[in-house]
Amino acid sequence: MSIPDRVAVRLRVNGEEAALMVPPYKTLLEVLREDMGLTGTKHGCELGECSTCGVLVDGKPFLSCLSMPLDLEGREILTVEGMSADGRSHPLQIAFAELGAAQCGYCTPAMLLTAKALLDRDPHPSRDAIMEALAGVLCRCTGYLKIFEAVELAASRAGTLAR
Amino acid sequence: MRQPADELSIVGKSLIKPDAFSKVSGQTKFADDLALPRMIYGRILRSPHPHARILRVDTSRARAHPGVLAVLTGDDLPIKFGILPVSQDEEALAKEKVRYVGDPIAAVAATDEWIADEALDLIDVQFQELPPVMSIEQAIAGAGEPIHGTSNVHKTVALEFGDTDEALRAAAHVREDAVFFEGSTHLPMEQHAAVAQVAADGKLTLWTSSQTPHYVHRALGKVLEMPMSRIRVIATPNGGGFGGKSDIFAHELVAAKLALVTGRPVKITLTREEVFYAHRGRHPVLMKVKTGFRKDGRITAMQFQSFLDGGGYGSYGVASTYYTGALQATTYAIPRYRFEAVRFFTNKPPCGPKRGHGTPQPRFALETHLDKVAEELGIDPVELRRRNLPKPDSRTVNWLRITSIGLEECINKVVEGSGFLKRRTSMPAGRGLGFAVSCYLSGAGTAIYWNEMPHSEVQLKLDRNGGVSLLCGAIDIGQGSDHILAAIVAEVLGVSLEDIQLTTADTDLTPIDLGSYSSRVTFMAGNAAKAAAEKVRDRLFEVAAKALQCDPDELIARDHRVVRRNRPADGMDFAQAVQLAEAQDGLVTGTGSYTPPKLAGPYKGSGVGPSPAYSYSAAVVEVDCDSRTGEVRVPEVWIAHDIGRAINPMLVIGQVEGSVYMALGEALMEEQSFRLGLHKFPSLLEYKSPTALETPIMHTYLVETIDREGPFGAKEAGQGPLLPVIPAVANAIYNALGVRIDEVPITPDKVLKAMNDRSKRVGPKSVPAFDFPPLINADVPDEWKGK
Repeated sequence: MSIPDRVAVRLRVNGEEAALMVPPYKTLLEVLREDMGLTGTKHGCELGECSTCGVLVDGKPFLSCLSMPLDLEGREILTVEGMSADGRSHPLQIAFAELGAAQCGYCTPAMLLTAKALLDRDPHPSRDAIMEALAGVLCRCTGYLKIFEAVELAASRAGTLAR
Repeated sequence: MRQPADELSIVGKSLIKPDAFSKVSGQTKFADDLALPRMIYGRILRSPHPHARILRVDTSRARAHPGVLAVLTGDDLPIKFGILPVSQDEEALAKEKVRYVGDPIAAVAATDEWIADEALDLIDVQFQELPPVMSIEQAIAGAGEPIHGTSNVHKTVALEFGDTDEALRAAAHVREDAVFFEGSTHLPMEQHAAVAQVAADGKLTLWTSSQTPHYVHRALGKVLEMPMSRIRVIATPNGGGFGGKSDIFAHELVAAKLALVTGRPVKITLTREEVFYAHRGRHPVLMKVKTGFRKDGRITAMQFQSFLDGGGYGSYGVASTYYTGALQATTYAIPRYRFEAVRFFTNKPPCGPKRGHGTPQPRFALETHLDKVAEELGIDPVELRRRNLPKPDSRTVNWLRITSIGLEECINKVVEGSGFLKRRTSMPAGRGLGFAVSCYLSGAGTAIYWNEMPHSEVQLKLDRNGGVSLLCGAIDIGQGSDHILAAIVAEVLGVSLEDIQLTTADTDLTPIDLGSYSSRVTFMAGNAAKAAAEKVRDRLFEVAAKALQCDPDELIARDHRVVRRNRPADGMDFAQAVQLAEAQDGLVTGTGSYTPPKLAGPYKGSGVGPSPAYSYSAAVVEVDCDSRTGEVRVPEVWIAHDIGRAINPMLVIGQVEGSVYMALGEALMEEQSFRLGLHKFPSLLEYKSPTALETPIMHTYLVETIDREGPFGAKEAGQGPLLPVIPAVANAIYNALGVRIDEVPITPDKVLKAMNDRSKRVGPKSVPAFDFPPLINADVPDEWKGK
C-alpha cells in the first residue's frame, strides 16, 4: 500500500462542526483520537466487544471502533470531552468522582456517556435498568457497584445541578 | 507513632482522589493517548506455533515495502532479560526458538500502523515445528525437546518445618485432597502501550503503561547496553494492571530499539489478542493438601504440594512457586509444615503475578479442604477456623513474622452479617452459603534485587506560597496510590489535598519506588511519604517555635496553620512557616525512605513470603444454582477485610469490591485455556468475564487493627479480598447442591457432570508422580520447637 488517499468528511462533534481529510477506512474511533485529538475516547479491543470506545450519536450509545465517519455526517456526536460545558462538569462526572466510580479511569468515558444516554431517556432509572444499560461496557476495576451508585446519585440530583 | 483517630483530618476520610476529575473528564493521558511530532508506529510479528525452531527469518521484502523505516529481528536485540535475576531467559525477539503462540520474532516500524501490519505479512520465517508441551502431565512425561535447556522443570522446592510424617501418623484425623485451579488472565481494559523517543543528544525516553518502571529501566539498560542515566522511563497511568503490567515486555524494548535506529519517536500499542499472549497471569496449579487434626479440630501438621504450569518463560515464576506455599501458616497456626512445589515450562504464554500472586490457588485448595474436614469432624466450618487462628505478634513455623491480625473480627462480621450459621442449614432448593478466610502480604519484605537500599523513597519540596511538591516513583494503576501519598503528606503537614502537587513514576525526576505490585505501595511508599513529611514538618516547627517563643513539641500543623496545641490562636500560616524556614537556610525540602525490617528466615527460599504486615479477609458467598443447566449465580456476598487503617475508606471499599468481582470471574467463568497449542479465546467476547448484570449485592466490612508498622496503621487492600471469595463460592455450591467442584473455574458443565456422577464431584483424582528433591529440614522458630 502506498500513502492512502484521503476523503473529505464533515463531522459534528461536541456541538462543533469539523471539516477533515481522512483516509476512508479510518474508524470514528481513530479519527476522533488521531485526527481530532479527542483521546478521551478509549479502545479495548477495536472489535466491538467491550464498548470502551463508546460515544453518543444522536444521544444513543455507539461503538466508535465499528463506525465509519462518512456514515455519520450530519449526526450529532458526543464524546466525554463534550460532557462538561462552560468549565462545569456533568452531574454524572461529579458523582463518579465523589463516589470513587472511576478507578483506573479507562472505561470511565464510555461508562459516563452510556449512563448519560440512560438518564436522558429515563431520569430516575431503577437499579435493574442501570445494570441493563451498562451491561455492554466492561470494567475490570470497580466491580460495577460504585458505578451504579454514582448513576443513582447523579439521578437523584437532577434539577439541583446545572445540566 | 500512633495517633488517635480523632486527631486526623484527612487520613480516614472518604475524600475525592486527586486524579478523579482528570479521569472523569477523559483528560488522563494513558500511553496510547500520547502523540509526538514525527511519531511512527511499531508492530511485532509473533509466532504462529507453540514450539518451533526458527530456521530462517527473511525481512528483505518487508524492508522494501514503502513506508517501512526499520525492521528488527533477534539479531538486533540479542541480550536476554527477565524480571527476576535468576530467570534471565527472555529475548525481546526470539532468535533460535519460539516457545508459545504469540512469542515475538521480528518487528517493523512504519509511517502508519496499516503499513506496519502489511510489512509483517512480508516477513518470511521458516520454522521447524517441535512437539508442544501443553500441560503439566506432558511436561512431566518429557517427550520431545525440552522447552529450555535439558528439562521442562523450571523450579523445585522441598521444605520441611518439623517432622510432618510423624505428626500425621499420630493425628486423630487426616484428610487428603487434590484440586486444580485453571489459569486466567488480568484483562486490563487498556491494552499495553509504549512510546519511545530519542533526543538529539542520544538520551532515550520511554513512556509505558507499566506497574514497574524501575525494572523496565533496568532491563532497557541491560538489553540496549546503555547506561541507565541515559535512559528515562516514565510510567503512564495504567488503565488497569492487576499484575499484568508488572513484567518487562518485548514491545517496550522493541519500541526503544526502533526509536534508536530510526531517530523517530515510535509507538507500539498491543492489540487485544496480543494482550492475551503478553499474559503473565494466573498459573494453572494442580495441588495436593494433606492435613492432620486433633479431635478438637486443631491442626497438627500439613503437607502441601503444588504443580505449576508456567508457560514458556520464567517471568516471576520462581516467586510464584514459593507463594503457593507461603501463606498457609500465616492464616492458620500450623505446628509442622511440609511444602513441595515444582514449576514446569510449557508452550503457553508465560504465567506470572495476577492479583493475589500464587496464593489464590492454594487458598482454593486449603479452604475447600477445611470445609470438608469440618463436615467430617462434625464441627461447623467457622468454628474449625476459629480453633486454628494464629496469634498476633508471632512467628509462623516457616518463620513469617505476623504483627496485627483482624481475622477473628472479620469472621464475626461476615458470619453475623450473613446469618451464615443459621441460614446455611435451611436454604431453599438450589441456594447455598459458603464461607472462607484468607491472608495476604502488605508488600514483599525482600526486593527482587537483594540489596540494602530502601524499597520506597519520597521527596518533598515546599513552595513559599504553601504548596507542596511530592515526588515518588510509585505509579497509580487505578488503586488510588496518588491519593494515599497526597493524603499522608497533607495530614502530617496540616494542609489540604489540593496543596499537594504530585510527580510520580518518572525515573529522571522521582526517587525509587519498586513498583505497584505485591500490594506494597500504601505500606511502603506511604511510610516513606510519612517520614518525608515529618522531616519537613519538624523543620517548620523548629523555626515557628522560635518565632512563637515556644517549644517545638507544643506545635501542631492543622488547617494550613502551625499553631500551639493548647493555644490555637497562637500560631502562623503554614506558608509563613515555610517562608521563615526558607529565609533561614534556603529551599525547604525533605526526603523519606522505607526499608522493611529484615524478616527472612534461616533457610533457602525464605525470601518469598515475608511481609512487614499481613492483611486478613473473610467472606460468605450466597449462590443460586440451576440444577437443570448447572448455572451458578451469585446474588449476595459478605466480605470483611482487615485493612489496618483505611487511609481512604471509599477507595478501600473500591478495592474490596473490585477484588470480589475479579474473584467471581475466576471462580465461575474466566480461564486462559488452550486447544492444539492455541489460546481458545483470545478476545474480550469469548473470554468470559462478569458484566454489570452479574454484579451481586456486596456487604463490605472494614476491620481496623492499626498495624504498628503501617503508615497510620494501614495495611493492604488491593489483593487480599479476592482470596476468600473463590473457595467460598465452591463451598456454597456444595451447600446448595451437595456436589464438590474441586476445579476452578466452576462452569455449568462441571456442575452438571458432578450432579450426574456417583462421586458427586469433579476434580483431579490425585497428583502425578514426581520426584521432588530431598526435603530440606529447616530449623523452626523456638516457639514451635517440640510442637
